[in-house]
Amino acid sequence: MAATLAVLIGLVVVYFIFFLESGPAAIAATAESDGSVHLTLQTVPTYGHHPFPDWVSYLAKDPAGKWEHTTIFKVPAHTLVTVTIYQYDGASGLRNSFLAGVSGTTGGIETINGVPERGINPDDAAHTFTVPDLDVNVPLPGVNPNAKNQCGTAPCSLAEAHNTITFSFRTPGPGSYRWQCFVPCGAGFLFGNGGPMQTIGYMSGLIEVS
Amino acid sequence: MSEAAAVAGGRGAEPRHGVRITAIWAVATAIVLPLVIWVVGPHIPPGAMSQQTRDQHTVDVVLTALATPIVLMIWVYFGYAVTVFRQGGEAIVDGPPITGHRRIEATWLIATSALVLGLAVFGTADLLTTGGAGGGEGPNPAAKPADWRTALPVQVIGQQWLWTFRYPTYGGVETTVLDLPVDREIEFHVTSLDVVHSFWAIELGVKADAVMGADNIAFDKPLETGPFQVRCDELCGLWHGHMNTTGRVLSDAAFVTWITNEERRNAALTKTLPPYARVYYPQPLRNAS
Repeated sequence: MAATLAVLIGLVVVYFIFFLESGPAAIAATAESDGSVHLTLQTVPTYGHHPFPDWVSYLAKDPAGKWEHTTIFKVPAHTLVTVTIYQYDGASGLRNSFLAGVSGTTGGIETINGVPERGINPDDAAHTFTVPDLDVNVPLPGVNPNAKNQCGTAPCSLAEAHNTITFSFRTPGPGSYRWQCFVPCGAGFLFGNGGPMQTIGYMSGLIEVS
Repeated sequence: MSEAAAVAGGRGAEPRHGVRITAIWAVATAIVLPLVIWVVGPHIPPGAMSQQTRDQHTVDVVLTALATPIVLMIWVYFGYAVTVFRQGGEAIVDGPPITGHRRIEATWLIATSALVLGLAVFGTADLLTTGGAGGGEGPNPAAKPADWRTALPVQVIGQQWLWTFRYPTYGGVETTVLDLPVDREIEFHVTSLDVVHSFWAIELGVKADAVMGADNIAFDKPLETGPFQVRCDELCGLWHGHMNTTGRVLSDAAFVTWITNEERRNAALTKTLPPYARVYYPQPLRNAS
């Protein structure tokens, strides 16, 4: 009896250790020659792989150029971070139109397909890249729903319909800053805010500044 | 003679424990109660930044002072029993049962009823005389402060996982910063765009649930300038613990300067916002959910 109980407790402990260790790995930003760093991300309408193939998700490109399924980024402190996001998802609209405005970026702008903008139409938003503690908010417009070459499964390629969004912001001192998407894009969940919106590795994550 | 009989038979020789316990308790209360009121009392939260927190502080001190004699009675009785009624020797024997003591029963019922009813009257009177004591009162507040007609309305909008704030008397501008003028009644209109949150401005003594489709009104009057913390006090999902920000109480002139700048800076964005309303039913509900 005691041995069985010990085995059960041991299994529970192992399970929790495994669970706590099973988060996505952090990915380092790519260093540039001018001292800044670069993050390259993409948003996909469906991840397409285990364990949640139908969830919307972010992906990040590692310094070797390989797409990784993670939303935890490592960047240096007090450094300019330039972010490029290839946005492949369709628009579903913001719940709070206030988040359609760009804030916290260099010049208060984002560049959408080469055109600088201070915001977008709230109904055109597919996702946002928002770091509340840094007051960084960048809305990402959805792709044309009539585009013939919609991306289905991650990672998407540049040959498929997408918008390219670039912006930059300066990191503060060391710390861990959460970021998230503010478009309720968790289709099939209550208010669109379940599933991928509640899971690190899909529509939110951490910026580890060190 | 049985042990129980021996115990019962020995009662006549017992000292008057009740009198001794009461005397110890009275001395302890006379010493501790002033310390609780005048030494510990000033450090009891939530502080004195607003009219509501000052009132809450007074209530906290009163309740602590009322609880002190009760706690002391328990501790004194416990200590006395452990010391004096300690069972020596081998066997543990129950004391004789006490039943049907009308005076003790009546005293207990009257004292506890008076305490509970007195606190109910005290609490209700306090709620009504302080404009709701900083709590959310729903869309039609029963308790309003005397100067509620000149209050500054500020809408608090919760969503997973961010607070934003709209100022309807300043063009409906929306910000992520909660700045307030000092010495002016504030009328918070708390609502949510998704699940239930709870707006908690700690140093201002304001706490009101944020519920989608509901306008929860809470009054507060900041009396000191300085920063205050805002948190969500309702477990609301993955980033609930990060749903916080820091607000500021500013001088009247500094507040006007700040809100004017916000109006100008967000002018284009404000035009894209839905007209100010007490509640919102955001259209994306039709999409992702």
